[in-house]
Amino acid sequence: MSEQQAVSAESAKSYLQIDRLTKKFGDFTALDEVSLEVYEGEFICFLGPSGCGKTTFLRAIAGLDIQNSGTVSQAGKDISALPPSERDFGIVFQSYALFPNLTCERNIGFGLENQKANKADIAKRVAELLEMVGLPDQGKKYPAQLSGGQQQRIALVRALATSPGLLLLDEPLSALDAKVRTYLRHEMKLLQRRLGVTTVMVTHDQEEALTMADRIVVMNQGVIEQIGTPIEIYREPSTLFVADFVGAMNQIEGKASSNNSVKVGDTTFTSREHNLQTDSPVIVAIRPEDIVPHREGTSSQGVFETGDTENIFDAAVEDMEFLGSFWRVSLNNSDFGDAVLIADMSINAVRHMTVEIGKTISVEFQSDQLRVFPPNTNTV
Amino acid sequence: MSNTAEMPVTDSAPVIRPKTSKDDRTMIGFMLVIGLYLIVALAFPLYAMLSKSFSTYSFDLNNFEFQVDKGAGWSDPVTAQALNEDLQVVKLEELATSSDGRLAATVFFPDFSFRSTTKYRLRQIRAESSFLVGSTRIADTEWHEFESNKFRRIVLRPSSATGLDNFRVYFSTPALFRSIENSLFIATLSTIITVCLAFGFAYALNRSKMRFKGLFRLIAMAPILVPSLLPGIALVYLFGNQGMIKGLLFGESIYGPIGIVIGSVFFTFPHALIIITTALAISDSRLYEAAVSLRASRWKTFWTVTIPGARYGLISAAFVVFNLVITDFGLPKVIGGQYNMLAVDIYKQVIGQQNFEMGAVVSVVLLIPALFAFSIDRYVQKRQVAQLSARSVPFEAKPHKRFDLICLSYCVVVGIFIVGLIAICQYAALIKFWPYQLSLSLVNYDFNVMDGGGWASYSHSIQLGIYTAIAGTIIVFAGAYVVEKTNGFFATRSAFQFLAMMPMAIPGLVLGLAYIFFFNDPANPLNGLYATMGILVVCTVTHFYTVSHLTAVTALKQMDREFEAVASSLKQPFYRLVSSVTVPVCLPAILDISIYLFVNAMTTVSAVIFLYSPDTTLAAIAVLNMDDAGDVAPAAAMGMMIFYTNVVARLIHLFLSRNLLLKTQAWRLR
Repeated sequence: MSEQQAVSAESAKSYLQIDRLTKKFGDFTALDEVSLEVYEGEFICFLGPSGCGKTTFLRAIAGLDIQNSGTVSQAGKDISALPPSERDFGIVFQSYALFPNLTCERNIGFGLENQKANKADIAKRVAELLEMVGLPDQGKKYPAQLSGGQQQRIALVRALATSPGLLLLDEPLSALDAKVRTYLRHEMKLLQRRLGVTTVMVTHDQEEALTMADRIVVMNQGVIEQIGTPIEIYREPSTLFVADFVGAMNQIEGKASSNNSVKVGDTTFTSREHNLQTDSPVIVAIRPEDIVPHREGTSSQGVFETGDTENIFDAAVEDMEFLGSFWRVSLNNSDFGDAVLIADMSINAVRHMTVEIGKTISVEFQSDQLRVFPPNTNTV
Repeated sequence: MSNTAEMPVTDSAPVIRPKTSKDDRTMIGFMLVIGLYLIVALAFPLYAMLSKSFSTYSFDLNNFEFQVDKGAGWSDPVTAQALNEDLQVVKLEELATSSDGRLAATVFFPDFSFRSTTKYRLRQIRAESSFLVGSTRIADTEWHEFESNKFRRIVLRPSSATGLDNFRVYFSTPALFRSIENSLFIATLSTIITVCLAFGFAYALNRSKMRFKGLFRLIAMAPILVPSLLPGIALVYLFGNQGMIKGLLFGESIYGPIGIVIGSVFFTFPHALIIITTALAISDSRLYEAAVSLRASRWKTFWTVTIPGARYGLISAAFVVFNLVITDFGLPKVIGGQYNMLAVDIYKQVIGQQNFEMGAVVSVVLLIPALFAFSIDRYVQKRQVAQLSARSVPFEAKPHKRFDLICLSYCVVVGIFIVGLIAICQYAALIKFWPYQLSLSLVNYDFNVMDGGGWASYSHSIQLGIYTAIAGTIIVFAGAYVVEKTNGFFATRSAFQFLAMMPMAIPGLVLGLAYIFFFNDPANPLNGLYATMGILVVCTVTHFYTVSHLTAVTALKQMDREFEAVASSLKQPFYRLVSSVTVPVCLPAILDISIYLFVNAMTTVSAVIFLYSPDTTLAAIAVLNMDDAGDVAPAAAMGMMIFYTNVVARLIHLFLSRNLLLKTQAWRLR
């Protein structure tokens, strides 16, 4: 983990600067003045729902759909208006776009031929690349003879064959089944770190973004909602959209009271600091794992125990779902109206508290995880 | 930087003008070249034809002035109009003429004698018409002086105007406009019969477990390989004045609607069959299972599942057949007798009467139903998409003894009809002199002693086929590539797409006539192309452009959209991608396009009938001309030569496909 964060530290060199990029398709604004700086060797993920502009953003960086305004510079050079062939990047598409009539070797060598390299050198480089992704004996096969995961790796090394400064990945894993996907995202991440190639990946899969990226760029409706490390994005979402899109989030309607408290129904909860006007309607957000079962006098075993009664309230257990490593508990409290709270509780906590359907239990909103957002129509 | 906050908000990001790459420029160049081809080979000629149909010609007698010197000095100038008013030598209706009209100047001088010493002067008042001295054209407004011996060689030429007069003449000539009715009647009747027959055939092939399906498929495709007038010749042998089984018509004449309809059904059958088979093949067997579980009768299932499922195919087939019949010229020419149809009228006006304007008018009239049928077909084709979802289960017929037997007997009957007509032609070609000398001989193959260009026509046809196949495939594929794979230029690409679709709606005869107007104009820099093999190739490629274009586009659409992006990210020029990926992957489609063009170049009559020259006579036209000259047996013989050539071409195509594809399509095998 520390290695991962070292890459994005301030000491790293800035590699890609994107300044106020706007892309319109007719009347539709796909990208609205987005700016971003990418550091050398960094793995960046563009994350967002479909139609949020993340693919347009990637294609603008590649020069495939050049922006209407705004600049892109790579390694100190302004590449804003250059066609793809004059830029320095390798790309992998969701479809892989492998040439079906060429063997894997020739697919990988496609960018090397023509570069005045002799045949033996090309063959050596191709063999090296195949070795790198663990497919040393698949070179003579045609793409259709390989599995989806193997095809994806061939597409990856084809993009890397010419040692580009920038690797662009457009949903490279979404055509694969879940198991292969989990395996490959680990492999890709390792390979990327080993080669140190600056990488931008587009994905709509938050798990992929959280596990692979050094920094995530969360996008929505053509603008960037937040840029941050996976932990920042998950723990410190800066907008309700990010909070809602990444991970699960309970949302309760309430009213702001002071700058670190909020009122839901008749109950006042201590929250994180916010600057919303007193009595203005707000959305109170808390992650399921931050709703903790509470019993006075008991210690340890994952059950929270403090002397004060702040943020503690009673709730009825409406339903319970066993999800293997934890229980997902649906809670209800008259203060919350019809809203059902979802709490994720450890197996131990459930056993200790003897949480059962129909029982009323005491739970706590952890005040440092209770966030307050202005009501926003911009939700998923 | 302290005043950053005060900076006006208007400081916006710079607008980016994308730099074009070398590839982009090459592609634009390609698009321009092919676009130019379509404009020159299609848009301009059609425009020339259209404007021709609105051009009227008449002698403007007010515009010509004469002076006479009988030895006592020049008389006062007098217009031809004034002279005519006195003499009444040219009647009012004679003033309207064609572009070729000529009026001798001497008619205005009844006392004219070329031996006299009288001198004449002539001038135009306005430079709107001209007159000829022998073959020298004079179009200025100067006075020109002539000896009487020279004056007799002077003819006045008409001046032209634009207007609807040609159409007025057309619609006031019953002999002409009755053809509209005839054409619509024949086309409608043939369409109904063909679509029903083809549907039955397709149904049998698709929905039964009968035997010999492959054989019947082959037989059904045979009519594509012969010129459309060949069934006409066969029908003449069967039911003509000396026909073998003439009695079956109970005194009705085969020369006329009956013959045209039977022949039309023959040559349009495969076209309808292909479309309907495709429509039936995409049926979902789950619908039939649902029908069975609901205890619907076979009859009810047929009307509620089969027909609605195939409706777009049926409509599309109907309009394609309608269009083929109404625009066909060879068949009604051979067997139509006195029964006039629009396409034949064009031929008669142009070749028989040299009335090009009226030919253009009939062409415009013929364009209307053709364009109408074409637009409906395109509309229906668009609706047809995505009938079959990914979850559909293809229909698999189950054996059903009685039903299979009915299907088989039906196919046998249709098969006999098709094979029979072709066999009759072959038989006729081998008979010495029907019906008097029935011994077999090859005398009818001695084409060199007949009209039509002899064996040379046959070799010209093969040349035309090969050139058309090669040039056409390159042009069509390159055109489809730029339409499919260029980014941006939406307006240009849609214009290109529109031009590429148009040839399907343009009858061959109309295109050929348009080529005369456009290419035969001395002012056209491409005039040199006229009366060469070149113009035949251009016309044939253009005439059969649409289907080839659609085949190429379909193949290109199956290529991953991102290939070009990958290649450019790997710094590879697009032509490397084209040569090592696009063309090899599309090779089956490319071969299909070339055989399609070859076969059609061999059989087409209508597109080239106005354009061949004595040096470029063609086999299919020789069939027509020999038949016209009464050499029906040699015509049949030549028709069969075309048939066998196409069969051989098909076999070569099959062989090439098998072998080439084994090499280039190895990747398709898992």
